[in-house]
Amino acid sequence: MYLQNFLAIGLEIYLVFYLLFALSFGVFYQTEKVNRIIFFTSICALLIGTVILLSSFVPSGNFFSGGFVNDSFSNLIKIIILLITSSTLIVSYRSLISNKIMVFEFPILILCSTLGMLIMVSSNDLLILFVGLELQALPLYVLSAFKRKSLRSSEAGLKFFVLGALSSGLLLYGCSLIYGATGSIKFIEISNALVISNSWVLLLGLGFILSGLAFKLSVVPFHMWVPDVYEGSPTPTTLFLATVPKIAALAMTCRLLTSGFDNFINGWQQILCILALFSILFGSLAAIAQKNLKRLLAYSSISHMGFAMIGLATGTPEGINALVSYMIIYLIMTVGVFCVVLSMENSDHNSLNIQGLLGLSEVKPNLAILITFLLCSMAGLPPFLGFFAKYYVFVAAVEAGLVGVVVLAVIGSVIGSFYYLRLVYFIYFGKSESPPHIKMSNIEYYIFLFASLFVIVGTFGFFGIEEVVSSAAKSLFR
Amino acid sequence: MIGLEHYLFVAASLFVIGIFGIFLNRRNVIIVLMSIEIMLLSINLNMVSFSYFLSDFKGQVFSMFILTVAAAEAAIGLAILVCYFRNKGSISIGSVNSMKG
Repeated sequence: MYLQNFLAIGLEIYLVFYLLFALSFGVFYQTEKVNRIIFFTSICALLIGTVILLSSFVPSGNFFSGGFVNDSFSNLIKIIILLITSSTLIVSYRSLISNKIMVFEFPILILCSTLGMLIMVSSNDLLILFVGLELQALPLYVLSAFKRKSLRSSEAGLKFFVLGALSSGLLLYGCSLIYGATGSIKFIEISNALVISNSWVLLLGLGFILSGLAFKLSVVPFHMWVPDVYEGSPTPTTLFLATVPKIAALAMTCRLLTSGFDNFINGWQQILCILALFSILFGSLAAIAQKNLKRLLAYSSISHMGFAMIGLATGTPEGINALVSYMIIYLIMTVGVFCVVLSMENSDHNSLNIQGLLGLSEVKPNLAILITFLLCSMAGLPPFLGFFAKYYVFVAAVEAGLVGVVVLAVIGSVIGSFYYLRLVYFIYFGKSESPPHIKMSNIEYYIFLFASLFVIVGTFGFFGIEEVVSSAAKSLFR
Repeated sequence: MIGLEHYLFVAASLFVIGIFGIFLNRRNVIIVLMSIEIMLLSINLNMVSFSYFLSDFKGQVFSMFILTVAAAEAAIGLAILVCYFRNKGSISIGSVNSMKG
């Protein structure tokens, strides 16, 4: 039995050993070459982790007396996390060198955070949830302050730290109230206790937990750190922040709400709907005024998280299914767009202004078309995959009876398409004296090409991911 | 007789003091770090008192984990603060404004 428990966390143990080994290796030999070696072995370690998951070496079921769970949902999310993390590392390589932060701590901190996310996704118990969440968040604070000589970067780190610590305080206070009201910290026992009693202490506790999680998910009204942290952090960190932690936090919230608070759906459905609508509308409106590409993407991520949360608010397997597909599509699009942002960046502080895209179609017509695909897909225009992502979420929400929410969300989505289309306008009809300067290395270009073709090809067939996602979503509701 | 509600009241007051300390203080960032610490300790008090009155040990285990994580968090916070101070030369809250949010 003990052996089974340790096999169940085999992936996490493997990553811990890799991290300890890489850290001591890096500390003993502090040279340029070792920094690069650790960078590449970290990418390999993530890919090997994916292979471990795919090879079904890890047993599934409940482990550590129900505190840790491996099912097809957690496996799917873990595979997504590992693959997207490795692609963010690959894409960041050149930017790390030009920012002079190509040190071995960077991949190690990224992997620490990834380890925390893997634990979060499998957690079935408030204590393990908390430990995973902190292990994910603490390296992120350091990563956003990673460019030590830059004022903006350290300020971003400071803001992120203060608000992140506040959010974990709120989450923990909620945990303590739930523990006091139900006498248990396991999701299953909490769910059983909710059948018997339904007091206001539980509602308060759930409210605190949800507001703590809303900070991590960056939904309105807990979004104020997002634009500043995205802008100030080094761009590789921004890319990581915009992608992987979101899906990990959403997956964890799914498990918490569907297996811990499933008898309390009236309590959280309304809260989630309101949060989602506010983020969609606010994210779309505030993005219109933005001049900096990273800030624009920050607001865009806020409104995308709103759409994903509508899927969660339904509380049905179809809703979770739509949410996971939405997140997969969102992650791939974001990585694609960030490939462009990373290649536009240079030492000049204003290099990420949206004016930098003016007249791109004359200099690089192929690139311009591919970026247009990505932007239209993010806006949710019909022939592209981004539209279908939103469509499935809306269908699931209508089936669950949330018609009013869907109507408002569609309006928000129409407003939101304005600022993406304005970028397309800049690319094709903008005039500027200095032509845009975009230089991509081969591997970056391939990843970018994959992302932008994915949003078209994906509409014909989703590469068989659909079945995997829907069986994963069903496994959450046993 | 001191009951559970008294402990909860103290913990809730400390928690609120912590939150207000973060948002209302106009002086420096060290006070923000202190407020965060107060919040986390008030949660520990909550956990331990629940654990005592429910005669259940899980809350005490949880509070050990919270203490450990709070220590790690304080270390990282101070490190980032030192880094910020080196760049800016000041740790007053009003100076944290190089990006418009």
